[in-house]
Amino acid sequence: MVPISWYIAVAAVLFLIGVSGVLMRRNIIVVLMSIELMLNSVNINFVAFSYMLGDMTGQIFSIFTITVTAAEVAVALGILIALVRNRKTFNVDEIDTLKG
Amino acid sequence: MFFSAADIFAVLPEMVISGMACLLLLVDLAVPQRKKGLVALLSVISVLAAAFLTFSLTGVDTKAFSGTFVLDDYSAFFKLIFYIVTVFTIFISLRYLKTEEINMGEYYVLMLFSLSGMMVMASGGDLLTIYLGLELTALPIYALVGFLQHDRKSNEAAMKYVILGAFSSAILLYGISLIYGTAGTTDLAAIAEAIRSGKAGGTLFVVGIIMLVAGFGFKIAGFPFHMWAPDAYEGAPTPITAFMSAGPKAAAFAAIMRVFLEALYPAYGSWELAIAAVAVGSMVVGNITAIMQTSLKRMLAYSSIGHAGYALLGVVAGTEEGIAGVMFYMLVYTFMNLGIFAMIIMMRRDGANGDQISHWAGFAKSNKVAALVMLVFLFSLAGIPPTAGFMAKFYVFMALIHKGMIGLAVVAALMSAVAAYFYIRVVMLMYMREPEKEFSLVRSWGIYCVLAVALAAVVVLGIYPDYFVSLANRAAFSL
Repeated sequence: MVPISWYIAVAAVLFLIGVSGVLMRRNIIVVLMSIELMLNSVNINFVAFSYMLGDMTGQIFSIFTITVTAAEVAVALGILIALVRNRKTFNVDEIDTLKG
Repeated sequence: MFFSAADIFAVLPEMVISGMACLLLLVDLAVPQRKKGLVALLSVISVLAAAFLTFSLTGVDTKAFSGTFVLDDYSAFFKLIFYIVTVFTIFISLRYLKTEEINMGEYYVLMLFSLSGMMVMASGGDLLTIYLGLELTALPIYALVGFLQHDRKSNEAAMKYVILGAFSSAILLYGISLIYGTAGTTDLAAIAEAIRSGKAGGTLFVVGIIMLVAGFGFKIAGFPFHMWAPDAYEGAPTPITAFMSAGPKAAAFAAIMRVFLEALYPAYGSWELAIAAVAVGSMVVGNITAIMQTSLKRMLAYSSIGHAGYALLGVVAGTEEGIAGVMFYMLVYTFMNLGIFAMIIMMRRDGANGDQISHWAGFAKSNKVAALVMLVFLFSLAGIPPTAGFMAKFYVFMALIHKGMIGLAVVAALMSAVAAYFYIRVVMLMYMREPEKEFSLVRSWGIYCVLAVALAAVVVLGIYPDYFVSLANRAAFSL
């Protein structure tokens, strides 16, 4: 039996990797993947807590999270395609028309 | 999980909006390019139908779907705001879409979907419903921000918005998962119960609360989570800027008050300071950075960050008076913000546009009436009596003072003085300078309607706020 604290620790580490990926990586696709990591850590949390509490809410929540994330990524990739058509770059540093 | 006919009745307005959105997506296929106004008309009709249903459901105080959906006057008040925002935005979009050559039916459909998300958010009685409402609000807006497909600014704004939006959702969700783990439930009332009984608590719980503050902070564009707002506001099509600065912000405030003042109220001590810090930071950074802007849309983005700070003060006060204050603030903010964006759109014609502050130089010389209307909106945003903007700030500040938080009220009042500077700078530019070129305004009855109603509302709410304040007071949920 794996204690609950291990799950929380794994989720926390995964979340931090995701956050640092979003903040430090320069490629938009990698940034989106890092956001996925963050959301997956959330799912681990939900499922682990759900098992610990013997309560279904957490599992339902994680299914909703997965669904919504899929929709979110679809929109993000659509926008990315529009962006790349207008200027050929995946680098976040080069997307700098708007500032001030 | 079972649900009855009564549950279905409770969500009728939401069903009308989302059902009509799906239907209009199909209808749009049969409507020729020149006649997309029909889709707009049908959208307005469905919003009015939903408004009628919401109206007939007022006075009902019930929970549907096992407590995940709350139907009360509090949510009805916010839904009223969302309907106003949506109808106004459709009216000011009609001409703009033709000018920009993006006259497509999806535009209105996406707006309806976003509206249904805001409605779910205002009625959320469970962290799950609030999260779903939040995403349903945000996803269509990501697409709408990037609606000017061939405009680099619009693409870029959408990309930045979607990445930071997803990032903030992940933070919010992490917070929710920790609160679920420690409290053992996601139901708002049950979380409050768990805190009172001492079941929920400890480090993980507090970390969860802080994550919630950060996640919601992103959604209302509060400091230090405001970086996306100026870019998204500037790049988005102007009617969408108006929409997202009023609608989703009000929805986020509706959810924030439910979460922090209903579920987490017993743990007031552990979030009070965090929210107060976000409020003060937003007021200071928003208002001071606004001074340096040359783009009017960007200036209004920073001003909206500042306004989020003022409104948050009502949450910090944590009293029923504070809740009513925030509700009234959001109503007033909707009118004055949509009014000022309608003015900006009116300046948009072929080559010319009102995006830059310098474009307004000498505006009053040739357009006396329009300049006067603009002046009223700017005074209202600055919070100068007798406009509604003053009353909105007044009620929030009073709630703070009654709570004994004099220091915060003083900071807020000082920041209002700073804010007055950059709003009045635009007024000065309009009245004191010579015009550089001829102004040719867009003539559209949609814009005229919005301007007339918003102007009337800003003046009436400023001179005679009692009726709406008492409405907000009655609708505010009790702590």
